[in-house]
Amino acid sequence: MSDLLFDSSEWDFAQLKRVFSAIEDVALNDLMLDVYPNQIEIISSEQMLDAYSAHGMPLMYHHWSFGKIFAREEAMYSKGWQALAYEIVINSNPCIAYLMEENTTTMQALVMAHACFGHNHFFKNNYLFRQWTNAEAILDYLAFSKKYVSACEEKYGFDEVEAILDAAHSMMDQGVFRYRRPPRPSKVQREERLRKRRQYEEQSFNDLWRTLPGTARDMSADMASVDEDETVGLHAPMNLPEENLIYFLEKHSPVLKNWQREILRIVRNIAQYFYPQMQTKVMNEGCATFVHHYIMNALYDRGQISEGSILEFLHSHSSVVMQPGFDEGRYYGINPYALGFAMMSDIQRISEQPTAEDRDWFPDFAGKGNWRDILKYAWANYRDESFIQQFLSPKVMRDLKLFAVRDKTEDPVYTVAAIHNDAGYRKLRTSLARLYDLSTHQPDIQVVGANLAGDRTLTLRHNRHRGIPLAQNTKDSVLKNIRRLWGHNVVLEEPEDM
Amino acid sequence: MTNFIDRRLNPKGKSLANRQRFIRRARAEIKDAVQKSLKDRTVSDFAKNQRISIPTKSTKEPRFRHDPAAGGEHERVLPGNKDFVEGDQIKKPRQGDGQGRGKDASTSGEGEDDFSFTLSQDEILDLFFEDLELPNLVKTALKEIKSYTWRRAGMTTSGSPNQINLVRTMRNSFGRRLAMRRPKEEEIEVLRQQLVVLKAREPDDHDQIIALEAEIARLEHRRKWVPFLDPLDVRFNAFERQPVPTSRAVMFCLMDVSGSMGEREKDLAKRFFMLLHLFLKRRYQRLDIVFIRHTHDAQEVDEHTFFYSRQSGGTIVSTALEEMKKIVHERYATGEWNIYAAQASDGYTQTGDATRCVEMLNHDLMPICQYYAYIEILDEREMEVFSSEESGAELWRAYRTVAKGWKNFATKRIAKPSDIFPVFRELFSKDHAEAKS
Repeated sequence: MSDLLFDSSEWDFAQLKRVFSAIEDVALNDLMLDVYPNQIEIISSEQMLDAYSAHGMPLMYHHWSFGKIFAREEAMYSKGWQALAYEIVINSNPCIAYLMEENTTTMQALVMAHACFGHNHFFKNNYLFRQWTNAEAILDYLAFSKKYVSACEEKYGFDEVEAILDAAHSMMDQGVFRYRRPPRPSKVQREERLRKRRQYEEQSFNDLWRTLPGTARDMSADMASVDEDETVGLHAPMNLPEENLIYFLEKHSPVLKNWQREILRIVRNIAQYFYPQMQTKVMNEGCATFVHHYIMNALYDRGQISEGSILEFLHSHSSVVMQPGFDEGRYYGINPYALGFAMMSDIQRISEQPTAEDRDWFPDFAGKGNWRDILKYAWANYRDESFIQQFLSPKVMRDLKLFAVRDKTEDPVYTVAAIHNDAGYRKLRTSLARLYDLSTHQPDIQVVGANLAGDRTLTLRHNRHRGIPLAQNTKDSVLKNIRRLWGHNVVLEEPEDM
Repeated sequence: MTNFIDRRLNPKGKSLANRQRFIRRARAEIKDAVQKSLKDRTVSDFAKNQRISIPTKSTKEPRFRHDPAAGGEHERVLPGNKDFVEGDQIKKPRQGDGQGRGKDASTSGEGEDDFSFTLSQDEILDLFFEDLELPNLVKTALKEIKSYTWRRAGMTTSGSPNQINLVRTMRNSFGRRLAMRRPKEEEIEVLRQQLVVLKAREPDDHDQIIALEAEIARLEHRRKWVPFLDPLDVRFNAFERQPVPTSRAVMFCLMDVSGSMGEREKDLAKRFFMLLHLFLKRRYQRLDIVFIRHTHDAQEVDEHTFFYSRQSGGTIVSTALEEMKKIVHERYATGEWNIYAAQASDGYTQTGDATRCVEMLNHDLMPICQYYAYIEILDEREMEVFSSEESGAELWRAYRTVAKGWKNFATKRIAKPSDIFPVFRELFSKDHAEAKS
């Protein structure tokens, strides 16, 4: 009598459910994961392409840039240059995972372990996600924003809406709060506010206002209604310097209409939603990869999956965590799956079979055997930068043969700053950690002044990181977008010495 | 706790709206790219799905970026060290090589000069024909219905035997037999058996025997009276002749290939023919093309010969019209085919021939053509000389008189590729069609 969960590569729903419960058993009772309820959706490849084009979200407002992504992905896929992802998972409650119908049963098992438990646990527990995203509200919010944007398109025309979205998209990297979470009204409150606002406009409609010169009415309406709960408007304190450009323009731009402010807000909220994901690529993928690897092996050990499928699994697992060297043609930077998985597996190894070196580097947990707790602690409380700084072990650096190269623009040569040896480990680890600190590779641009009394010039400052300037070609077009939203002159300072 | 949802049957094309917005955004570039690809394609297979590349200008998504090449200091960590040790120095590649290899560069869209993707046939054609309308199409398509097809039209009570509908007929028969209480063969058989038995057992019971015999006779009579199959039951499948709008068209491409038509002229003509072909293709299920070239003598040729081979000789335009007329009579009976003709020429013909052309057009060709377009290809210097519609070479002036008599006859002059599209639009524009019809 065999205990195998499945014996063919064709799957059906009954089988998927059986496999899912087996996986769930390992995940909850062995790994002790803590997850949102799962919702698993089977989709076809066309639908996967659809999902790709809108940041993988099931709902999204319409914009041409998503069409562009779709066109590119479709071209790549249909030419066979690029395979589609096996799954997409969404940080929401319930946690939605899309599975491709083409996957074999083994692959579906891998993908469920990966997405429904790995990513899901990470979304639910990591401090960045807890602090900055609302898993409960995101789908509602996306539905709201989609509806809102298309209503605006209908009312004000495609071109108007497109112009605002284009401008807002170009500032998305600078449209997030990094240090404080903005107050966030719930969807119901938001709709109520919008409804009231509209009602007020309708009730107070008087055609006479139209004959008044200029934008007098628009301005007063704006100020009254931008946010009733936050005292903002032209005269509100601007709290400069402000790091969130979109927020600043939304609240303080003298020329925007209400609906334009609302669209800025939508883009800003979506940027904020994705901000934690950008800071935790290595950890998130590492966590999911570690979890699927552990679960699949556990199922095999229990005799629930066959040798054939564990080999199939290992084949795709090893291509996922492959890290080509810097001098190979297929090298595209450090593979977050590879780095994350290597580090997390190493934590398990250090916890169970430490070497003298490990005891030296990680006295806290080397040899204690409690790797489950350590990993869960790390998943909950770190982001890529701090995780690497804390947990990257010499062995992983040796295995990946990491080395750091310093590049000074005026030097004619690159200098190897550190390699994987005793002298270099710590330097290397710091260098790598800094690479994963978003603030070092996203330009730090802040609003430092707005001359409201005078010519309304808006002053931005780029605080250079290690003297690296902004790329000239995009700088001008983004500034043009900001000028459009601000309505007046915008200058960007780039002090040399920062 | 866990939901499995099968979304495979959900509608696809969720991002269609985004795609339309994208095409709208990059309209100018896409149109341009499609125009350029015209040159390399044959007349008939232009309208296939095709991959096009557009410059990224209008679809850039700029963001603030660092430019490490422009100054400052930064560090990278790379995997796969082989023999570097700390302090090694590596010569930098020359500016521009090796930069922008990271993921960031490829997703941001900077650094790519072109963006390529596949346009579907429909999208290509929509770009061309957004506001064009086929001249007189509606009118003639609806008026001049001359072909028919047989359509099922229920049942009738009369018809030829091979059209009997057995199921319906037998159903009627069965119903009638039930209603009229036609005795069954078995019932009579039972009575006959009883009679035999009765005669054997009680040969003297005359009353009963007579009664039984009478009953049998009555039933047999009734069986004859209510026949198994009555002419009333019979039903025939009925068919009806239904008119179908003609959905076939033939397009005649006529071109002067004498020495005065150089590569440039032919290329312009080809583009015009392509556009006309595309346009017709959209509207007819079946479209034939006939290529007729002429010098002082006309012949039907294949596409390649038509565009690429040279012939020397004089120019007699009417020979081509003669040839077209012959082919129409042989192969394209007017009722079933919509006939379109496009003629390209540099405007020169033998003296006196123009009159003959006009006569042929007026009498033979225009009455059977849906549309006749004459394109005169000039060089730019001539274009300036003949700036007025009225002045022109002999053929042009002659054709102007035809145009006055027939509203489905059009004449145009072109001198450079960029003239073609505007001319084409003008020829087929909605306003034009309305104004003429």
